[in-house]
Amino acid sequence: MNRKEAPIIKDAIEFNLQLKPYRQFILNNGVPVYSVDAGTQEVLQVELVFYAGNWFEKQNAIAFATNKLLKNGTSHKTAFQINEEFEYYGAFCSRACYNETAVVSLSALSKYLPALLPVIREMITDSVFTDDELNIFKQNFNQQLRVNLQKCDFVANRLCDAYLYGKNHPYGTYTESSDIDAIESGMLKNFFKDYYINGQVAIFVCGKLPGNIEQLLNNAFGDLPLRAFDNKLTFLKETPATGKKYRIQNDAEAVQGAIRIARPFPNRHHPDFIKVIVLNALFGGFFGSRLMSNIREDKGYTYGIHSYVQNHIQNSAWMISTEAGKDVCEATIEEVYKEMKILREELVGEDELLLVRNYLIGTILGDLDGPLQIMGRWKNLLLNNLTEDYFYKTIDTIKTISAEELRDLAKKYLNPTEFYELVVI
Amino acid sequence: MINFERFETSNGLRVLVHQDKSTPMAVVNVLYDVGARDEDPSKTGFAHLFEHLMFGGSINIPVYDDPLQLAGGENNAFTTNDLTNYYCQLPAENLETAFWLESDRMLSLAFGQKSLDVQRKVVCEEFKEHYINKPYGDVWHKLRALAYKVHPYRWMTIGAELSHIENATLDEVKAFFKKHYNPSNAILVVAGNVTLEEVKKYTEKWFVPIPAGEKYIRNLPIEPKQTEPRSLTVKANVPLDALYKCWHIYPRNDKRYYIADLITEVLSGGGSSRLFQSLVKEKQLFSNIDCFHLGSTDAGLLTVSGKLVKGVSMHEAETAINEEINKLQQEGVSQRELEKVKNKTESMMAFEDTSITNRAASLAMYELMGDADLINKELDRYRAVTANDIKEESKIIFDNSNSNTLYYYSDN
Repeated sequence: MNRKEAPIIKDAIEFNLQLKPYRQFILNNGVPVYSVDAGTQEVLQVELVFYAGNWFEKQNAIAFATNKLLKNGTSHKTAFQINEEFEYYGAFCSRACYNETAVVSLSALSKYLPALLPVIREMITDSVFTDDELNIFKQNFNQQLRVNLQKCDFVANRLCDAYLYGKNHPYGTYTESSDIDAIESGMLKNFFKDYYINGQVAIFVCGKLPGNIEQLLNNAFGDLPLRAFDNKLTFLKETPATGKKYRIQNDAEAVQGAIRIARPFPNRHHPDFIKVIVLNALFGGFFGSRLMSNIREDKGYTYGIHSYVQNHIQNSAWMISTEAGKDVCEATIEEVYKEMKILREELVGEDELLLVRNYLIGTILGDLDGPLQIMGRWKNLLLNNLTEDYFYKTIDTIKTISAEELRDLAKKYLNPTEFYELVVI
Repeated sequence: MINFERFETSNGLRVLVHQDKSTPMAVVNVLYDVGARDEDPSKTGFAHLFEHLMFGGSINIPVYDDPLQLAGGENNAFTTNDLTNYYCQLPAENLETAFWLESDRMLSLAFGQKSLDVQRKVVCEEFKEHYINKPYGDVWHKLRALAYKVHPYRWMTIGAELSHIENATLDEVKAFFKKHYNPSNAILVVAGNVTLEEVKKYTEKWFVPIPAGEKYIRNLPIEPKQTEPRSLTVKANVPLDALYKCWHIYPRNDKRYYIADLITEVLSGGGSSRLFQSLVKEKQLFSNIDCFHLGSTDAGLLTVSGKLVKGVSMHEAETAINEEINKLQQEGVSQRELEKVKNKTESMMAFEDTSITNRAASLAMYELMGDADLINKELDRYRAVTANDIKEESKIIFDNSNSNTLYYYSDN
């Protein structure tokens, strides 16, 4: 046995990846349901994705507050009673608010689904947003904000989004204490009526599904005045900042700085998007990337540095993000630009490119482990208005993109003058 | 029910195989029976620093990550006060690559000064990012030192201070490897689309030739029973006052551990839990409150922590927590409440087991506790807890002489 010699491998790019198809059915009111029946454990997840993100709000934090308070009381049940219904069955009901969408998600043992769907129905049709509940929410939200504002990474994320999109754009906006103070229950009731009771929604279910899942969902939601998404989002223009470089002093006692370097980037429908996934991996997208190898593994400036394209539907940004020692922040930025220059000027070697290809394919393969992950892939495609083709095109691009194409993309996109640059210490 | 097969090699490596044909992937999980509790008090943070060095190349393989990524794999590791766990996930066809990589770094590392220098810096940045540069980041540093006087749980996994990591030498690191990183100190779990035969074949080929090494016999000082309440007051650059209270509980393999675990669920962990309902919603004394324990192998701590609403006094906040505890001690829990926390536990366990990575790590941890089949017996142990157990045990755990309190004041 020769330990210096690696065992023979099947290159990950030779794998034939398949995305297990979903099944679609339509509730009586036209709401689409996408389902994946798979898994080894007797568990499932039901997600109601409402078009009720901050895209639709007229005042800051209203979409978030409405979503958050969906579990805080209906005309028949207190917040405590609602929580107890879920928890008695060992179920978790979570809420999340994004830019376009806001989600109500139920994770439960499959056998308890019939008992739990009526509670979800009650939440999305009859939430009351009392002043008492709202005041507690406002007080605790404000306190949490105060703690977060002391963290350099939190402050940097907010500011960087505001530079990219403008603070008036849903992707660039952030919540200040005065926004929280200004929330009134009437605003939440109105938002709830427009975007939940009469909302546009898609439902995603996955896991070990009961045989009568269709009927269960139709009984729970099929008679409500909900409808499918009409594919119309008002276009909101960004107002990006004109200045590109920012240094912010946030905490006098800080020992690290949060660095964000970012440029605008188109959405998934742009022909360069998939190709840039490969370039991004090479640049800063995984542990073996150029940025990690240089700035963490060679210089030891940081615990981690990553680059990624933001997960937005309309338009996006390409972001480099790290927390580095206070004294080495500027040196870190310089190294990031050096790595951009190398990508613009030199062709990636065959070995490194094969490694990136295999890594990306392996990640997708590993990512398809289990029903929740498979549904997650589908959900991302469907909400971005993409089809199955996109998945297979991604695989194909990873397998075939050339070193020349990657260099040309670097020339097109990785120019330091087009990036915002921010350090928050 | 999680099925598995178990065998032990001639050089003392324990091997578990969990087959799941529904995935195209395989997971190779190697747990080493060494954590921060095994460190010298003057050289803390070693177990975790060492975890970083394990990626710096081994005797025959210059870079760990490259061949794994080439095989379509991903990996990571974590260190706790009790153990160090490494895992990689890759397409099942390339299973042997993981055996090759993991066995080589069990055989011997290729230590270099450069690798040590860089990883010392990386770990120092990790220390700063999580424990210095975050408000309340030093809380566990202080709580551990308050609650433990003798047992090595008195320091955090990352280390007691930056200087211990900054001063680590190559010789010390090599000695640590020799002492802890050998087959008799490790548990190998292979899970996913694999067969017992191929795991046996590859184990024989790659792991069996490694010298058994000396079995490390753990002999840790036992924390003496606490006899009077302790407290510490701190003022720091944070926006809100915070209160932390902890009490000593039981080792992981003690049957009272399950009672303590359910007590944390009764008190917190959901919108219908007692502390949240009473102190956040009704009395509005805290903006958030949690009750938890860390599941440590030796006797751990049950902790209540919360941030006070501006204007609320520390005394008022603490009194309210004590009232809830008194109520539990006097009245116990109803059958329905007990059923609720048991159902929650069952559900959490089922969700954890949806990924093969988690199943592999759990099997390794239960094997470390003495029997991997505990993974299938856990639920029964929780189900066996009675309302009376909870009431009686809460009297013992929450005895004032067993309490450690940290008053963490905002200085602005």
